[in-house]
Amino acid sequence: MANEVILLDFWPSMFGMRTRIALREKGVEFEYREEDLRNKSPLLLQMNPVHKKIPVLIHNGKSVNESIIQVQYIDEVWSHKNPLLPSDPYLKAQARFWADFIDKKMYDAQRKVWATKGEEQEAGKKEFIEILKTLETELGDKPYFAGDDFGYVDIALIGYYTWFPAYEKYGNFSIESECPKLIAWAKKCLERETVAKSLPDPEKVIGFVSELRKRFGLE
Amino acid sequence: MAEKEEVKLLGIWASPFNRRIEMALKLKGIPYDYVEEKLLDKSPLLLELNPIHKKVPVLVHNGKTILESLVILEYIDEAWPHNPILSQDPYERSKARFFAKLIDEQIFDAGFVSMARADEKGREAFVEKTRELIMHLEKELVGKDFFGGKSVGFLDFVAGSMIPFCLERGWEGMGLEVITEEKFPEFKRWVKNMEKIEIVKECIPPREKHIEHMNFMVQRVRSA
Repeated sequence: MANEVILLDFWPSMFGMRTRIALREKGVEFEYREEDLRNKSPLLLQMNPVHKKIPVLIHNGKSVNESIIQVQYIDEVWSHKNPLLPSDPYLKAQARFWADFIDKKMYDAQRKVWATKGEEQEAGKKEFIEILKTLETELGDKPYFAGDDFGYVDIALIGYYTWFPAYEKYGNFSIESECPKLIAWAKKCLERETVAKSLPDPEKVIGFVSELRKRFGLE
Repeated sequence: MAEKEEVKLLGIWASPFNRRIEMALKLKGIPYDYVEEKLLDKSPLLLELNPIHKKVPVLVHNGKTILESLVILEYIDEAWPHNPILSQDPYERSKARFFAKLIDEQIFDAGFVSMARADEKGREAFVEKTRELIMHLEKELVGKDFFGGKSVGFLDFVAGSMIPFCLERGWEGMGLEVITEEKFPEFKRWVKNMEKIEIVKECIPPREKHIEHMNFMVQRVRSA
């Protein structure tokens, strides 16, 4: 049976990046469609009526929403190659816990770093670094979060790396000096073709964030 | 057979996140030791096992700690595959996970604020918001006895522990009827089905005590 896979996405989205990577890890052919978030397509609204957000994965006409759910779906449908989650239930639970931690903590903290100023920004920076340090501790000396194999938690986190130069610029701090091991991990992930192809140029992301800051009256 | 299985669950009697774990353990017939925690006086054991979030539920299985209720539910389903609570089909699994997230994030938040906001207008707005969100679940139940189809499963435990057997008790304590028969006939039918299930009945907090507890929690937030 033919597999028709469409991804409705938005290029700087660290969430969309997860799904792009997962599809590529499995060698799945897909059609990437760029959405204009200020003018969402009828297809997006139809396929994600609850949240009206990207990324939306459409597989043979049926939609799967929420990036972390999409990564699990992709792992389960195309289970024959490159497993993204460990097979052991306990190790799987660990991976799910850390992806959930990233989802609960990263987005709001990183937003404060570039979208606020003064005391609020300083508090945001502090919180953000603490979160990264917790992740760095979890990574330890392993090449990837699960050990030797690139997988679920790496996929959940790596998209944020393309936003790091923007955080550093507008937060006026160095992430590498605080979390050198995490930066080393990120660079290692980027050596994978599936990741390199799925992530935008951080310079472009800085440009995007600059536009948002202008819109918010921050510059 | 194998070595002795040791399962321990740390929880708080009123927590919906806890109750759903008990439903799953009961469905699979897994014996466990339950340890009651106090919300305002967390035990050293809890803080040691969950240093990051410092929350219940915490499942300890043969010395291994699993955290976060939705992660625990999936772990239970995988470690004890008999009486499965999730479908084998990836698409059905993705839908169950999607709605579980909707319940635990948006419905929980909106539902709690609809009770705990100090101003009445604010509360009304959140009641409306909660209704809109629950309407998505209403649509999912058309033609089904349970979210899981013919029998209870993952999403029934998540939705059941959170909505009829937690949020609705809070609303009842305030004299509010948020989920009406008129607007939510499928949901009401599902609740009646749930109320007939032994393991559900065994795993929900006692009604009167729960209503009183929800009232107390809400007043505490309102006066903060």
